[in-house]
Amino acid sequence: MSKKNKNADMAESSHLNKISQPTNIGFNILFILIALICVIPVVFVFMISISAEESIQMNGYRFIPEVFSLDAYKFLFDEGEMIIRALGVSIFVTVVGTVLGVMLTTLMGYVLSRNTYKLNNFFTMIVFIPMIFNGGMVAQYVVNTQLLHLRDTVWALILPLCVSSFNVVIAKTFFKTNIPESIIESAQIDGASQLQIFGKIALPLAKPLLATIALFLTFGYWNDWFQSSLYITDQKLLSLQALLNSIQRNIEMMANNPSAGISMVEYMNSMPREGARMAMAIIIIIPIACCYPFFQKYFISGLTVGAVKG
Amino acid sequence: MEKEKKKNLKRRWNKNDTELTILALPTTIWYILFSFLPMFGLIIAFKDYKISAGHGFIYNVFHSEWAGFENFEFLIKSNDLFVILRNTILYNLVFIVVGTILAVALAMMISELWSKRKSKVYQTLMFFPYFMSWVVAAYFLDAFLNQDNGLINGMLRDAGNDPIQWYMTAGVWPFILIFMYLWKSTGYNMVIYLANISGIDGTLYEAAVMDGASKWQQARFITLPCLKNVVIMMFILNVGKVFYSDFGLFYQLTQGASGSIFNTTATIDTFVFNNLQSNMPVGMTSAATFFQSVACCITILLANWIVKKIDEDSAII
Repeated sequence: MSKKNKNADMAESSHLNKISQPTNIGFNILFILIALICVIPVVFVFMISISAEESIQMNGYRFIPEVFSLDAYKFLFDEGEMIIRALGVSIFVTVVGTVLGVMLTTLMGYVLSRNTYKLNNFFTMIVFIPMIFNGGMVAQYVVNTQLLHLRDTVWALILPLCVSSFNVVIAKTFFKTNIPESIIESAQIDGASQLQIFGKIALPLAKPLLATIALFLTFGYWNDWFQSSLYITDQKLLSLQALLNSIQRNIEMMANNPSAGISMVEYMNSMPREGARMAMAIIIIIPIACCYPFFQKYFISGLTVGAVKG
Repeated sequence: MEKEKKKNLKRRWNKNDTELTILALPTTIWYILFSFLPMFGLIIAFKDYKISAGHGFIYNVFHSEWAGFENFEFLIKSNDLFVILRNTILYNLVFIVVGTILAVALAMMISELWSKRKSKVYQTLMFFPYFMSWVVAAYFLDAFLNQDNGLINGMLRDAGNDPIQWYMTAGVWPFILIFMYLWKSTGYNMVIYLANISGIDGTLYEAAVMDGASKWQQARFITLPCLKNVVIMMFILNVGKVFYSDFGLFYQLTQGASGSIFNTTATIDTFVFNNLQSNMPVGMTSAATFFQSVACCITILLANWIVKKIDEDSAII
């Protein structure tokens, strides 16, 4: 049989094992519908954010507003101080938290992956117990505020979230399966310390792992508002999500900056209330929407790594 | 393996062990501060915990009076306990069952699409809500349900009907919450199952085709059995959280889970959070979280034990 024939044959047999064309079309329609449900709210909120305040007053939120206007974004820009500070807090928390979290997670994961380590069982228990038992919201709150004094500090936003046993197990499994024992042994024979082995051999070989854990942490920190609502009362420490959370009912807190010649009351009445809220939401979504398609595969690989039994 | 471990225990402490202990130290300190101290802090559920100014947490714990089960009595006597417990458990059960069936079904369907490129696009779009925080999702929902400006009330007005006060209508919330849960999590879960489907050995299907199996039979007798382990694992993980609710879902979307929709939306977590915010003594709320922690631990061990009885390999512990 010629090669060409063989290929045609294979195409034929794989074609045999396909769903029928009507089914395929049906499935496609279904998935298009679901995908639309998933993204339409974002489009809708964006359309509201570029609607003129008057047309919202008249008609409520509409997909296609009567009058378009960028007033909401202009307002946010004029009141930029608060948003930029919140953005600063968000970025600081995300960056510091991610770096710290990746370090702590991979260190522990590496230690647990060493079979010959004498205290392996002990540390495995330390990581494992919090997976099935935890102190709960009240006890955590009391410890964090009264023992560690984290209230109204930026660390309250960072520390409680930086390690999770789930990530540690992912790291442990990765090191165990992807770093050959022989490399580590030969490094030891050459006189390398465990810290050197970790830093110079294990970490460089674990780039996919680092990417996965860093992504989990980054999105966790960027999207976090819960820690803020528990521990932060100081407006200067509000992150973007927390700011969005507090303007849901009280958009007036944004208005501090009347331009010359208008009284505060007039300024507040003239502000694009509805539009500005929605514009804030859009500002938070944009960085995620722009970068997540590129990182999606790391998420998926992380999920499948995590699916391996620890 | 067992032998190696035994040898390990007998072996003397060496330089390697010291170095590894140092490496493990920072994370261990984190675990002690943020995991194990709160576990110790659970005893405030049995105390009449009071904060005396100028003293630390440990001092306060030891100098508060034992309250026995008083905190629990308060909790049980308050009418809210039944409602929040029922809501938490029922919502979670619906989420687990509907969420799993939907995600597995969609994963099997999307893996059969002719065009792999289209399938990637759908996955990307469906994964998208997973990256939205519940705060942002609450804005989305508000855009549709807002009393004055919302799209749905606008459409009702256009059609000549009276607008509905969605945020005060208890009956619709179970459907809204289930829908929003599925909206946010289905794409994510589908991708997990899809990754497992694409990991199934292709020769199984080839052999089935040789034997004349239909697509339907292949799904029933190859794909589903191969997915069994990961479904069970997700099941144990979710059952372990059956006494916890996704706080953001219930708190943000409902704009507080209180007032006239308390009956259908309040869960243990929203109850605890609202009490923490209101500066009440922490006694009763700490009793609620103590119950949560213990119940969670028991259910996860129980679920794992049952799975182990049925199928040794599927258990995760």
